[in-house]
Amino acid sequence: MYYLGLLAEYLKNYMKTRLTYRADFWVEMISDLLFQAVNFIFILVIFMHTDSLGGWSQNEVIFVYGFFMVPYGIFGCFINLWGFSERYIVKGEMDRVLTRPAHNLFQIFLENVDPPALAGSAIGIVIMAISGANLGLSLEWWTLPAMLLLSISAVAIYTGIYTALTSLSFYSDAPTGILPLMYNIQSYGRYPVTIYNRAIQVLLTWVIPFAFVGVYPAALFLEREEMRSMALLTPAVGAVFLAIGLLAWNHGVKRYKGAGS
Amino acid sequence: MSDSLMAQAGGRPAGGPKQGKRGLLLGAYFDFIRIRFLTMLAYRVNYYSGILIYTLNIGVNYFTWKAIYGGDESLGGFTGAQMTTYVAVSWMARAFYFNNLDREISSDIRDGNIAIQFIRPYNYVLVKMMQGLGEGLFRFLMLMIPGMAIAMLLFPVQLPTELSAWAGFLTMLFFSFLINSQINVLTGLSAFFVENNEGVMRMKRVIVDLFSGLIVPISLFPGWLARVLEVLPFQAITYLPGSVFTGRVQGTGIWNVLGIQVFWFLLLLVPIIALNRAARKRLFVQGG
Repeated sequence: MYYLGLLAEYLKNYMKTRLTYRADFWVEMISDLLFQAVNFIFILVIFMHTDSLGGWSQNEVIFVYGFFMVPYGIFGCFINLWGFSERYIVKGEMDRVLTRPAHNLFQIFLENVDPPALAGSAIGIVIMAISGANLGLSLEWWTLPAMLLLSISAVAIYTGIYTALTSLSFYSDAPTGILPLMYNIQSYGRYPVTIYNRAIQVLLTWVIPFAFVGVYPAALFLEREEMRSMALLTPAVGAVFLAIGLLAWNHGVKRYKGAGS
Repeated sequence: MSDSLMAQAGGRPAGGPKQGKRGLLLGAYFDFIRIRFLTMLAYRVNYYSGILIYTLNIGVNYFTWKAIYGGDESLGGFTGAQMTTYVAVSWMARAFYFNNLDREISSDIRDGNIAIQFIRPYNYVLVKMMQGLGEGLFRFLMLMIPGMAIAMLLFPVQLPTELSAWAGFLTMLFFSFLINSQINVLTGLSAFFVENNEGVMRMKRVIVDLFSGLIVPISLFPGWLARVLEVLPFQAITYLPGSVFTGRVQGTGIWNVLGIQVFWFLLLLVPIIALNRAARKRLFVQGG
């Protein structure tokens, strides 16, 4: 309850600062969507030259793309660890955060909420509805609850991976460069992983499980039997990776000594 | 650095004050390349993960294209083998020409550091280009070459056999760096006019990756879009050098595509000079 109250307060503050720079709000939202559009254009272009991508039709690949956008938007809104090392450790902001009663990671998330990112989730739902209708997918009683559960699990996976990677900055001086590159890799979870070779499949499934934020859970709604068990595994993978992320973070905070002066 | 500059200046008293000053300035520009290279070298461990990730990018794209080709012989004028080579060389070229000059310039403008930069007796934009070159040199030696070697071990990449293709490609690669850096400088200088240019920088990144042919070779785009992209500067960054490397452009054709790059390099100088002039008049520092 206390944490929900904090969330509301921070959102209110966010709106106030944002209204001062209204143009930025729109520019950021549009440029966010543009990043996502690259993959969409890629899908459109490749299906001009082929009918199927490893046995998946254009509508199926687009459906996966739509599903991918939903957890990604939620993650982008609430969990934002860009430039953590520079802003919180180098500039000493972390000391301020640590003196307050709420959990430090939660405060950092709150200080960086980014509601425009949710526009991506909304568009993702529209894309799923359109491509789902084209495919003649039926809406069962379990569809919406399952979608909610799998989206939350996917957000947990993102959070776990990025929290663990960001917590590296407690252990080493300048491990930057990994995070931006991760952003590149995660979009590969949008394509049917079966087209890749064994090594990349294993990597995207068990090491940095980005297949679980896109193609595996979406396969459940596309009624693709071969990935059903993977889709049902998504919540477990989410729990495991979130736990790893939080453990790495808490352990890192214990080691934190401040950046001097 | 200042010590060596002083020594340099002191060692040449006979050259007259004017010539001495010019020598000093050239030396200073050279030092910007050297220092950025050494700085990057000091943090080289951080970039080793980059080789891995670029290789992974190549791998994923390689398998995606393989699935797209299916049984087809060629798509958009690319054979399967050419596409593999194109994907590998394009991503590795990006490992070389990529830099964050746009971010560096915007943050200089936003935190007011630009005022001090303008007072100093050198050309700020030129200094940035030199620093970019130092970074590029590092990326070429430590990222692109080892990355390409790994990519060749893992995927069926075909290196060109003609000497002209190698000479043409390496020259064009340098122009890729120049044109990409020019676009970065222009994006960075836009911070003078829009205050928060985060959105502009992100858009630039998307446009360069997409329209340079890195993600989809330009000949695979629908006809109307391909024709539009052929009159924009972005194809000069990835698509044209890649075409030479894969042997799709040969002989005198290499001179033609190199000519396109030189044309864009010269043309992009105009807005940079104009923006730089206008910016000096417009400068106001937020906050501070």
